[in-house]
Amino acid sequence: MATVLLLAEHDGETLNVSTARAMRCAMALGEVDVVVLGAGTDGVAEQASRLEGARRVLHVDRPENAHPVAAVMAPQLASLASEYDVLLAPSSTFGRDILPRVAALLGVPQISDIMEVIDERTFKRPIYAGNVITTVRVPGDCKIIGTARIASFAAVAGAQAPAAVESIQVEADLPTDTVWIGLEASGGDRPDLQSANRVVAGGRGIGSKENFDLIFRLADRLGAAVGASRAAVDAGYVPNDMQIGQTGKIIAPDLYIAFGISGAIQHMTGIKDAGVIVAINKDGEAPIFEAADIGLVGDLFQILPELEKALGD
Amino acid sequence: MKVLVGIKRVIDYNVRVQINREGTDVVKEGVKMSINPFDEIAVEAALRIREAGQADEVIVATIGPGAAQQQLRTALAMGADRAILLETDREIQPLAAARALMKLVEKEQPGLVLLGKQAIDDDANQVGQMLAAQWDRPQATFISGLDLSDGKLKAVREVDAGLETVEVSLPAVLTVDLRLNEPRFVKMPDIMKAKRKPLETIAFDSIGIDMPPQLENLGYEAPPKRSGGVRVDSVEALVAALNDKGVL
Ligand SMILES: Cc1cc2nc3c(=O)[nH]c(=O)nc-3n(C[C@H](O)[C@H](O)[C@H](O)COP(=O)(O)OP(=O)(O)OC[C@H]3O[C@@H](n4cnc5c(N)ncnc54)[C@H](O)[C@@H]3O)c2cc1C
Ligand SMILES: Nc1ncnc2c1ncn2[C@@H]1O[C@H](COP(=O)(O)O)[C@@H](O)[C@H]1O
Repeated sequence: MATVLLLAEHDGETLNVSTARAMRCAMALGEVDVVVLGAGTDGVAEQASRLEGARRVLHVDRPENAHPVAAVMAPQLASLASEYDVLLAPSSTFGRDILPRVAALLGVPQISDIMEVIDERTFKRPIYAGNVITTVRVPGDCKIIGTARIASFAAVAGAQAPAAVESIQVEADLPTDTVWIGLEASGGDRPDLQSANRVVAGGRGIGSKENFDLIFRLADRLGAAVGASRAAVDAGYVPNDMQIGQTGKIIAPDLYIAFGISGAIQHMTGIKDAGVIVAINKDGEAPIFEAADIGLVGDLFQILPELEKALGD
Repeated sequence: MKVLVGIKRVIDYNVRVQINREGTDVVKEGVKMSINPFDEIAVEAALRIREAGQADEVIVATIGPGAAQQQLRTALAMGADRAILLETDREIQPLAAARALMKLVEKEQPGLVLLGKQAIDDDANQVGQMLAAQWDRPQATFISGLDLSDGKLKAVREVDAGLETVEVSLPAVLTVDLRLNEPRFVKMPDIMKAKRKPLETIAFDSIGIDMPPQLENLGYEAPPKRSGGVRVDSVEALVAALNDKGVL
């Protein structure tokens, strides 16, 4: 059976749910060890040990790993990967930043955004903004390096008994010419866009930052996360981490409601795994209606408050 | 300081991409081709660095077919100083593209390499990171802001959690996101001027790279279509439909 090394994503305190999703993909490929790179991250290693499918957790705890700097993490992963047939990471900005750097150090190609495992060397992945699905095979006896498209895999459950955590040291020269300065998270205490069951999103049609409050209010009523089109982010209505689509987040909630979003392919690729898609747009010809399960043509400024009210009782 | 920008010729982002009948490729004949949108932003960023007096030369390079000269000419019309085409009709995947760009880095010794964060055809999001690894230099990927002074570069990165700031020493590889800038419009006289700018063509097979293993393409298919939905005509009917689907 193939051996798989799965790179855990975390923020120093909490294991990101992207790891539990990528684990589902990893388990389809072989026996999985999880690697946690961090500084003062015993808690994260412990959480990783409770993932279903984890055989062991390798914990590389050192000050240099305090922040996710690809140039620092890649040589460590390249060294660890030599013992494994497969190296996998979630296809989040974290995994996308680091993994190609490891692949290049090892001189092997990378499969980005694995959406389906066909067999141990063959995978499906989206290209052309999700308009085309391609099947690719890793040649010969090449090591398999890939990122798992988060929305394509359900998170694994917790394990019955936790896996062993091994603190290890890795021999690697770590560069010092990248300095991590800070993270400006817009966060707040709303549900996380990539794991929420419900998402309410707004586009250019919302018209202003102030009007976006209507979206936030409906979201609060539904316990939903808030998303946006690129046009809404570009216009400064909401921060970049709310962007959904080809160059934003790929999401798979049970319910997605879009207000004032036209449905450009680059946006639709981010939501096509949603359970139920609802579109509200004043233009009956808007392309989003082609993919919507439920469409309502009308003025969002009239519909949003009405809907909020209707859901209130 | 020289700035090297890697650009890729891709199907224009407005085209609805079709798969050929055999399922072996997407239809490229008679389809509008453009500079990858992210790479246009990389070119613009390089031009602004030069215009701020922080670089003397902007070199644009592509690995691709002879027809990619068009995209290089467009970048020259935007204001790049010279262009290099590593010509090949072969499919060049990210690791091979990164190795080829590394050859140009060795030859040109740029202080900065700017690439797009991803090519909108293969959506790989790999080349910049791979080049940085081979060059053993820092990388700042997915950037939407940059500030260059005294050989240090501060970059703002768009990450899932928000905006991250890193500082890298030069030389470095940057990959740019869409919000970094808005590329300038190319004016008619610039297109005329660009015709006289140097464009060097080098056979890809002559640059002596170790051709890395590439992924085998077994076929292309359309994504599963979502089945047609319903239209409702009131908020009341919408709520009823949502209840029907069991999502409330
Ligand atoms: C390389 C590349 C990558 C991209 N990546 C992404 C991405 O990741 N995510 C993304 O979203 N986009 C992305 N885009 C941009 C995409 O092509 C579209 O431009 C964008 O999605 C449009 O956003 P929108 O639907 O909000 O705006 P518009 O297309 O302007 O649509 C606004 C809609 O609001 C409706 N409207 C206006 N007023 C009202 C009202 N009062 N009531 C009801 N409806 C109203 C209008 O009828 C219209 O349909 C990308 C583009 C490129 C080139
Ligand atoms: N054939 C190529 N020629 C020049 N630059 C390229 C080529 N392929 C990719 N790039 C650069 O690498 C970036 C990322 O591409 P990719 O990793 O394929 O998504 C692109 O935005 C380009 O800047």
